Formats: sequence, C-alpha cells, structure tokens
Amino acid sequence: MKLKSALMLTTGMAMSATMASAEAHMADSLTLVSWGGAYQASQVAAYAEPYMENNPGVEIVWDESSNEAVARLRAMNEAGNITWDLVDVVASDAIRLCDEGLAMEIDHDEVLAPAPDGTPASEDFGDLIVSDCFIPQIVYSTTFGYRTDVEEWNGRTPDDICDVFDLEAFPGQRSLERRPINNMEWALLCSGVAEEDVYDMLETEEGIQMAFDKLETIRDETVWWSAGADTPQLLADGEVVIGSTYNGRLFSVIEEQDQPVAMLWDAQVYDLDGWIIPEGLPEDRLARVLDFLYFATDTQRLGDQAAYISYGPARASSAPLVGDHAELGIAMAPHMPTDPANAERTFLYNYEWWADYRDDLDARFQAWLSQ
Amino acid sequence: MTDAAAQTEAKSGPVLAADGRPLKASLRRALRAQKMRALLLIAPLLLFIMITFILPIADMLFRSVENQIVSETLPRTVVALEDWEDHDQPPSEDVYAALYYDLFEAAEFRIHSRVGSRLNYEMTGVSSLFRQSGRGVGRFDTDIYTDQFAELDADWADPRVWATLMEDESVRAALPETASAYDGWVNVTIEANEDDPLEEDVEDYVYTALYRDLAARGYDGSSAMLSEAAEAVGAFETVSLREQFAEIDEDWLDPAVFETIWVYSPNYTAGYFLTAVDLQLTADGIEPQSEDLRVYLTLFKRTMFMSLVIMGSCVLLGYPIAFLLANLPMRISNILLILVLLPFWTSLLVRTSAWKVLLQQQGVINDILVWIGLVADNDRLALINNQTGTIIAMTHILLPFMILPLYSVMQTIPPSYVRAAKSLGATDWTAFWRVYFPQSVPGIGAGCILVFILAIGYYITPELVGGRTGTFISNRIAYHISTSLNWGLAAALGSILLILVLALYWAYDRIVGIDNVKLG
Repeated sequence: MKLKSALMLTTGMAMSATMASAEAHMADSLTLVSWGGAYQASQVAAYAEPYMENNPGVEIVWDESSNEAVARLRAMNEAGNITWDLVDVVASDAIRLCDEGLAMEIDHDEVLAPAPDGTPASEDFGDLIVSDCFIPQIVYSTTFGYRTDVEEWNGRTPDDICDVFDLEAFPGQRSLERRPINNMEWALLCSGVAEEDVYDMLETEEGIQMAFDKLETIRDETVWWSAGADTPQLLADGEVVIGSTYNGRLFSVIEEQDQPVAMLWDAQVYDLDGWIIPEGLPEDRLARVLDFLYFATDTQRLGDQAAYISYGPARASSAPLVGDHAELGIAMAPHMPTDPANAERTFLYNYEWWADYRDDLDARFQAWLSQ
Repeated sequence: MTDAAAQTEAKSGPVLAADGRPLKASLRRALRAQKMRALLLIAPLLLFIMITFILPIADMLFRSVENQIVSETLPRTVVALEDWEDHDQPPSEDVYAALYYDLFEAAEFRIHSRVGSRLNYEMTGVSSLFRQSGRGVGRFDTDIYTDQFAELDADWADPRVWATLMEDESVRAALPETASAYDGWVNVTIEANEDDPLEEDVEDYVYTALYRDLAARGYDGSSAMLSEAAEAVGAFETVSLREQFAEIDEDWLDPAVFETIWVYSPNYTAGYFLTAVDLQLTADGIEPQSEDLRVYLTLFKRTMFMSLVIMGSCVLLGYPIAFLLANLPMRISNILLILVLLPFWTSLLVRTSAWKVLLQQQGVINDILVWIGLVADNDRLALINNQTGTIIAMTHILLPFMILPLYSVMQTIPPSYVRAAKSLGATDWTAFWRVYFPQSVPGIGAGCILVFILAIGYYITPELVGGRTGTFISNRIAYHISTSLNWGLAAALGSILLILVLALYWAYDRIVGIDNVKLG
C-alpha cells in the first residue's frame, strides 16, 4: 500500500515534470493577424475556439491589420521587434514577404498535418502552395453580383462577364475596384482577347490601350471602390446594379441579408488566402505558433470553416467535409467558388506577372482614373 | 544712468554683490540657473516630441533621397559598371561576373528581391528578373571550374587550404576578385547559414573568381599551388557568365536593365522627388514622365484647390454660427456650442458613412428632391463619389475647427463698439462691416489655417466618398506606404506636401501677418 502510493506519487511527479517542461517551451499567448469581419469570425469559430478549449491556458489575441500586413511587417523587421505570431495574408503578399525575407520558409510536410488518409500536406494542398512561406487556408474569388429587380433590363439577366461592359442591354451604375488588377483582365477578355493571351497582351502597349479603351466605355457609369464592403452596400441600396467584390461578401448579401441580388460567376478570378509566420520569432513563441498551425490547418478545421463563410477550403481532403451553414442551415457547396457549376470559366490571378507590372500599371490606372 | 554706472565701474572696479563676487557674474549665474530650471521643466515634453515626432519625420524625409540599397546589395556590379562605355550594348563579361557574385550572396541573405522591387519602380520587369535570378545563380554551370581545380590538385577542395591561402596578403593582392569573393562567401557562411567556413565546401562562384583572376592576370608569387593552377587554367574548359544569365532570362542581355542599375547606383538619388513631380531620371538626365503616367501634379493641384474650397465653405458656414453663438445669452449659446462639439464625439468613419447614406443617388437628399419634384427620378444628382461628395463631407467634418476660434475671438469683441457706431449714425451693415468684422479677422485667420492644414492631409474621407475625381494626394501617399511599399516615393510626396504647407504659412505671414491670428 505504502509502496504503491509512493510509486504513484513519483510517476505523478515525473509526469507533471515532463508536462511542465513541454509547456515551458511554448509561449502562452498568441497574436494572430487577420482581416476582421465575417472572415475573421469564421476563423475564430473554426480554429481559435476549439484550440483554446484544448489548451485552456493559452490566450489568443486578434489584430485586424491584414490589409497593411506587408508594410507593418517590414517596419517591425526594421525596428527589430516582431509583435505578431501568425499573419493571414493573400497569396501575392505572402510571395512578397517571402521574397523579402520577412516571412519564414517552412517545410509543409513537416509542419502541417497529413490528410486523414495519410496523404502528405504538400500533396493535399497541391498547387495552392504558391510560396515556400505560404500555408493556404481558403480559395476565394473576385466576382460580380447583380440586382435581380432592374426594370430597364426587361427580364434579362447578365450571364457573361462582358454584360458588365454592355450599357445598352444592362443600363445602370456599376462598381469596380479602384485598381488595375482583375479589371484589366476582364476588359481584355471582353475586347475579344483569348483567355490564354490576356497577360501576353497586357505586356504590349496595344493591349494596355485596348483594356483602357474598354474600361473607358463604362468609366463614368462606375463607382470605383476601395473597400470590399462597398459593393455589397451599393448593391443593397440599389445604388449600383452590378458590381465586383469577394464572393463571400456577396453570399452574405444574398443569403444572410436576403437582398434581391444574384451571382454572376462567369470569369471569376481565383485568389488564395493563408497564413505566414513572421521571420525571426523567438523559440517559445515559434513553438506555440507551430502547435496552433498544425491544429488549425488540418483537414477537419478547414472543412469546419466552410460552415461559417462561403470560401473553399484549401485542402483537397476538406472538400467532402463542406456541409451546411452553421446558422442558416443551407448547403454551402453550391456557394463555393470551386463548385463545378460556378467554375465553368475561371481566371487565375497571375501573381508573378502582377509583381512585375503592378507599379507601372497602377500608376497608369490612377492617371487614367484622374483624367 | 548707464554712463554713471560705467564711470563708477571705471573708478572703483566692478560692482560687487553681497557675497563679494562681481554683480554682473552673479546676475548671470542667477539667470542661468533660472533658464536651466525652465529647460528642465520642459525637458520631458521636448524629449517626447523629439523622439515621437521630430525624429520619425526626419527619418521619413531622409528616405525620400536615400538609395543605398543598390550599392549595398550589388557593390561589385556598381563598381564594374563604371567601366561600361557603350550603353547601347550589353556590358562586358566582368560586369556579369560581378553581378554573379553579388546576386549569389544577396540570394543567400534573401535580400536580392528587395533590390529587384526597388528597381522595378523605375523599370517594369526587373522585380521578377531578380527573383528568378536569385534562384538561378545557384544552378549556374560554374561547377566545372570547381571540378577542374579539384582535378588539378585535390587540395583545392579543402576549405582549410583556402583559409590559409587567403590569409596571405601577397596572394590577396595578386587575386583581388578571388579575395573579394572569398570574403563574401565567408560572410555568407557565418552570417546567413550559421556554418563554419573551415568545414563547408567553398562555393562555385569563388572558384569562378579564381579562374578569372588567374586567366586574366596570371600568377608569379611564391605559392606553388597557385603557380601550378595559373599554368593550367589556359587549358580549362570555360563557361560564359553572360550566356548563363541569358539562359535564366533573355532580359539580362538588354542594356536597359544595366542602365537602370547604373542610373540608380548612387547612395542618394533625386529620383523619388522627380517622380513625385511627374519627371523621371534617365541616363540622359531629367525628362518629363510619359503622358499616361502623369498623376502627381494633378493630385497636388486638386488637393490644394479642394482644400481652399473646403476652407472657403467653412468660413461661409461657420461665420454666421459663431456670430450667433457669441451674441446669444450664455445659457442658450452653451447648448448650441454642445451641438457644434457633438460631431467631435462621433467617430470620423461613422460621420463619413452617414454622408454616404444621405448623399448617394438612392439616398435621403435625392429622395427628398425627387419627392418635391425638383429632380427627375431618372436623373438624380451625383452628390457622392466625386469632388462634390468630398467637399460636402469634409466641410462638415472640419466645421468645428472654424467655428471654435471664430467664436472665442468674437466673444472678446465688446458690444459697445457696434453700439457706439450705431449711435453715431451707422447703418447695421456699416456698423458690422466697418467695426465688427475687422475685429473678427484674427479668428478667421486662425480658423482658415487650421482647416486648410487639416484638409490638405486628409485621407480617410476622400478615400471613402471621393470616387475617382475627389481623392487627394494623401491617398496616393497611403497607397505607396501600405500597398506598393515604395516608401521613398511616399516620403518624397510627403516632403513636398510639408514644403507646400510651410510656404503657404510663410505667404500668410507676409500678407496677413501671423500676429494677426488669435485663438481667443
């Protein structure tokens, strides 16, 4: 009896000692950076809350600074004081951060969980790993929504991207983003350029002029937005009849707010969003980040996220897990940008190309807008 | 009196204080102590302002001319380009070799794409050229040099032999390119890879440098190993670095790329400032920016013009309100003053968004106008997402900054002056215009300066309601800070804005006189 209790005591002490040393390697707070709004809410519900349930001592702090993440990380790097642990950015920003040495390069198979059937993470994510620093979470798209109650359209509904440029058949105000990316591609597609030639054409003076000429036809009939929330608001108020924004925002206008708006999926532009780890984290914080990351990017968690927002999970193995919306109870699969019915014609945002041409084309675009 | 004192002094020496010291020194000491105390009292604030305000601004302004990144990342290339004469032809093999060493080291430190992004501001396409090449230089066929040296003498593959060799000053002098490449490699090995240069295999590019040194200059020193190598290199199989670069990307044969590196190689550049005023720096000097890229001067002019309009409408709207506030009984005017201050307690974003609801085509104002019948339903007024929207929203937001100084100045104007004017037979208008108004001018001056300077740097409101014609220069500054990361250009634009404000302030001082400004 005495021996037994002594044994139990020593094992107990040994166990608590090993646990304590494992805990000591990990920081107990985590600063995550995201976009705010419905998207961040989906991350909180799908990753952060379950993680905190499993790790009661850990505090997760959210910072809604993703839209200026590159500039802030560069400033932190110059100051030598990194205050963020894990940052949610779009793929193009991840590539830039990786190039500039501001994000940590990782081995995806080592850091991330394999799929339930054992497929390594790098195969499960596949082509979506566009940079060695990037851990994809979702696929989203920039696409159009239109009002379904426009009298002047006489019952017609737009089903082609070029209807955006057709003021005769579809009169009314449009809304487009105040930057060249996506707009130039759409304009060229509707100037008769084949999909595969778009970027080649945009490298030529002739192609740029062609795109601007096309955009010129609707420039004065367009509200040029700079925040993703603008188009949903403009559509809901009837201020514009057709406008571009992220598909998740349109989902919330259509399904959650029940506005007379429908999706125009034609020529939607895919983009990715995911995590990067800032370069130069101290060891204990890095250990905590890796622990969280392993959990938050596994097949189940990415599948869970789709119950809160209509963005496609980045893992192939998560696709079958996409179920119903957590509150509305509607099936989410038909609202995903990757759903076959929605993805008849899609466009891939060419990161490399825009990294080169963005400075130049943006200057031209702003000059053109200001005329 | 002074004369008398001087006479006394001349007669009996300096006047002495009670403690026997000269009075003059004693007084100076007392004054100095007083000054020190005053300085100490303001020291916390002074330090605070220096650290949090002046220094960051100075640092930011400095970025507008700073350009060390090119010469720091590509030091050898910049030097080699000095000998490049015919700028219509790609440079010599020496330049490509220098670029090879520089890029290899930069890629190890993962900073090669920073210089790529920097140069991409000046020439489209350089960004990806550097990104690809950072990876590409590691796969050059230069390993044939490494193999050939190792074949000649197995000792060449030993990093310790290299270390001993490179300690010898005469060897370093005989093989300058090799010495520079080797030092660079040691630095990379220790700093970037955290390895021991005595244990790691020396990289191919150091062997390339050795080959180039020996082939170009030969060797007549005391090292037997080097003498043997110098004789052998004539028979070595070679590889053209220019072709290696061309294999990564044909653009490396484009002289324009090297032209850009060369033009932007000095440590300080006027390039950002030139871009900020729609000019550009080329090899032939300063030239106007091509027409479809000119945007900044338009934006500066628009910012100035619209800030003046906003200031003007603030005066027109604010003056009567301030007059009313100053002339009503205290009890009522206090309540009204709260109404003026109320917007201050609401978030700027909320106020701006409220204007959206009011001004848009399906908004409250247009609805009312249609209902009254002033405007046709299919021809609603465009009051937002243009200049009108920016002017209306910003006038509202900045109005309190006009009313408050006006009000406090008007309160100090004694009513008896106007009464006296009237009793002497002036009409209401004359009494106001000739007596009251001139006394309120200092308040207008203060309000105008406040509103104008605040308006010129406004950013959120024009971004949200300005559409394509109502945005300010500050929106471009924000874009360059947070999106394009062209901090140099942002700093240059900001500096110009600062200079403009100071110049206008100076002009105001000359015309109206800054003493003529009162906040109360």
